[in-house]
Amino acid sequence: MNNNSDVKFDVSSVDLFYGDFQALKNINLTVLEHEITAFIGPSGCGKSTLLKSLNRMNDLVEGCKITGDIKFNGLDIFKDMEVTELRKRVGMVFQKPNPFPMSIYDNIAFGPRTHGIKKKSKLDEIVETSLRQASIWDEVKDRLKKPALGMSGGQQQRLCIARALAVKPEVILMDEPTSALDPISTIKIEELCTELKKDYTIIIVTHNMQQATRIADKTAFFLLGEIIEFDTTEKIFSDPSDSRTRDYITGHFG
Amino acid sequence: MSEKMKTYKAHPMSFVFMILSVIAIAVTVLIFVMIVGYILARGIPHLSPKLFEWEYNSENVSMLPSIITTFEMVLISMIIAAPIGVFCAIYLVEYAKRGNKAVKLVRLTTETLSGIPSIIYGLFGNMFFVFALHWGRSLLAGACTLAIMVLPLIIRSTEEALKAVDDSYREGSFGLGAGKLRTIFVIILPSAMSGILSGIILAIGRIVGETAALVFTSGTVAKVGGLFSSQSTLAVHMYTLSSEGIYMDEAAATAVVLMVAVLLLNALATWVAKKFSKGDK
Amino acid sequence: MKNKNLSATDLDAELTKKHRIKNFAENAMHIVFFICACMSIVAVVVICLFMFCNGIPAMKEIGVFDFLFGSIWKPNDTIPSFGIAPMILGSIYITAGAIIVGVPIGLFTAIFMAKFCPKKLYKFLKPPINLLAGIPSIIFGFFGMVIIVPFVRNTFGGNGNSILTASLLLGMMILPTVVGMSESALRAVPDSYYEGALALGATHERAVAKVVFPAAKSGIAASVVLAIGRAIGETMAVQMVAGNSTAFATSPLQGIRTLTSNIVIEMGYATGLHYDALIATGVVLFVFILIINVLFSILTNKKKS
Repeated sequence: MNNNSDVKFDVSSVDLFYGDFQALKNINLTVLEHEITAFIGPSGCGKSTLLKSLNRMNDLVEGCKITGDIKFNGLDIFKDMEVTELRKRVGMVFQKPNPFPMSIYDNIAFGPRTHGIKKKSKLDEIVETSLRQASIWDEVKDRLKKPALGMSGGQQQRLCIARALAVKPEVILMDEPTSALDPISTIKIEELCTELKKDYTIIIVTHNMQQATRIADKTAFFLLGEIIEFDTTEKIFSDPSDSRTRDYITGHFG
Repeated sequence: MSEKMKTYKAHPMSFVFMILSVIAIAVTVLIFVMIVGYILARGIPHLSPKLFEWEYNSENVSMLPSIITTFEMVLISMIIAAPIGVFCAIYLVEYAKRGNKAVKLVRLTTETLSGIPSIIYGLFGNMFFVFALHWGRSLLAGACTLAIMVLPLIIRSTEEALKAVDDSYREGSFGLGAGKLRTIFVIILPSAMSGILSGIILAIGRIVGETAALVFTSGTVAKVGGLFSSQSTLAVHMYTLSSEGIYMDEAAATAVVLMVAVLLLNALATWVAKKFSKGDK
Repeated sequence: MKNKNLSATDLDAELTKKHRIKNFAENAMHIVFFICACMSIVAVVVICLFMFCNGIPAMKEIGVFDFLFGSIWKPNDTIPSFGIAPMILGSIYITAGAIIVGVPIGLFTAIFMAKFCPKKLYKFLKPPINLLAGIPSIIFGFFGMVIIVPFVRNTFGGNGNSILTASLLLGMMILPTVVGMSESALRAVPDSYYEGALALGATHERAVAKVVFPAAKSGIAASVVLAIGRAIGETMAVQMVAGNSTAFATSPLQGIRTLTSNIVIEMGYATGLHYDALIATGVVLFVFILIINVLFSILTNKKKS
């Protein structure tokens, strides 16, 4: 079944509708393990929609209909997997940091507890490793019991990354994770992504093209619900084969 | 200030309008102060320890049995109404799809329930619980009647509280692979707790102050008994005292306890709700 | 880490089992929530059923015309008569009186709270108005009985238990309803209306009275309708001060019985047709309330759109 274990996601001929509006048109994409894949494109081009389809967060949207195949590790995410299991293995970080209104510790422990880990020592260990991985441990280790909402925006976002890591996902989806943050926090998160690449596969939606060039291995350019071009980041930004990609990139760089 | 007076001189009707609204607020506040002040002044001198003895009889119309009954009444009605109301609101906010016909019907009936006067509830409770179900005039019949009466209040306040919970919490929780139930009980309900609590406290206030719905469902017997015995809450007790006409002093003393309890509950509800909106921002 | 995704089939089987249990819980609770949501529908249906099934046959037995328009209520005579016309009128008189007393004061109070009140003062004025809404009707009744009744007796004559007394008392009781809803209706009017009026040289008062107030009128109308509902359904307080005579009243200083008082006064000992006639009285009241509810929801929906 898993003949090609390097492939994490295999998306083929996916169409997605919100009611009558077609938000994605014939999407084909392969995401490889231990790579950072970036989705770029103008607002409303479908990049976030595709991202949210990968862990079925679109299920929450009323009137959303998907056709085509999305395979995760060779398994059909709609037929062969339970949705909570999928989301456990494919974590997500949102555009706006969204820590729960509880303590830092409980925020991190929420995921593992959800998936059945009850032992205090085990939870302590997970909390510490996740926070370390998200390189925020030193900043918060003395106030784990304090409410998470008291942290700065950048800290909150790294906490959310730690929270996603705590359930030991294989893939992390990031939906413009730095768009609500200041430049310094942005750089911290970007460094973090490069660091996390060793253990995880990351798919990131970004408005910021420099960000894509800085961190992504592969880049997909979206326009009006279609993937216009998908290639290595270097190729996309130095020698795009489609004129629309070039227009978009140069328009922004120019 | 003098400029303002100049304006008023030029526009006397504006002045009259302003004066009228000042008078109106003064009257409104005065009514409140008068009622509360009068009840306190009339009742407190008669609040003797004797009125809190275990036994109620014609020489000593003790209010203690009724106070205990009031607690029982609150407890039982809330055991019935709180889960149903909260669960109903959860369904409306977290499960129902937009434009769902059943939801519209639930909204409509909830609105209808909240408009029905308490005497109709009393009448219905008397027909249904007392006679049709053969419970007789009893604590349980009264509690069930009141549970229906406060249901819309709990549903509405819970609904508002749930709607106020930021959607990003839901996304965050689902994104970690939590199911709907876990998201609701671990993330959403705790965030909405003070709003829900405030609604429940208001509902308790209504139960404590209710008379018309209880006279013919739980009855007017001033003693403590079981689920199926007729008992009177403090408000009903006060009604019997004041309608007999010979226990006005005791009625006034009972009124003090009743009023203070209800006012405290209402103030508490407002306080809890405010604490919540501040803590969230 | 690396090979975790290559989950062996037995691990999968175990996971599936776990998920089956979880799914069962999710579905079961979904059903529980749905059932709870249906409870208010059930309650309304059962209440309507019991009211109408008991009340309408009684009306038929008495004769609908004799019941609604009959002027004599003597349920215990050997040939009993069950005419509730005086009580229907009584409810209408007292409700109208309460509106006349309560609505002007309530509206001006709302205007003060929304448009005149300094912020610092608001903190002190709002709680009493809110708490006034919480005072139980039995306390209002007691207050009316020992203060307003003697006041009316000494000032206007009569025995004090009268339409006037009940109207005054009910007027006080509906104040918080009128104030609360009208105030939020006034606050919901966009500031641009008010500013537009000022820019044309209107005084603050004129802008409020001629522009803001009319703009809020459907919300204000809804508050009055809600107050009518409260007044017509009020039982205990009214019963304690209105005198409860079953005859037609010819002056506001005469006592009168309302539909609600009729139920609460006689329910305790009524049997047979008398009991059913009281249910029928409730049905008439219920119909009034349903009409008011419909009016209210029309007004509030209009406001939304």
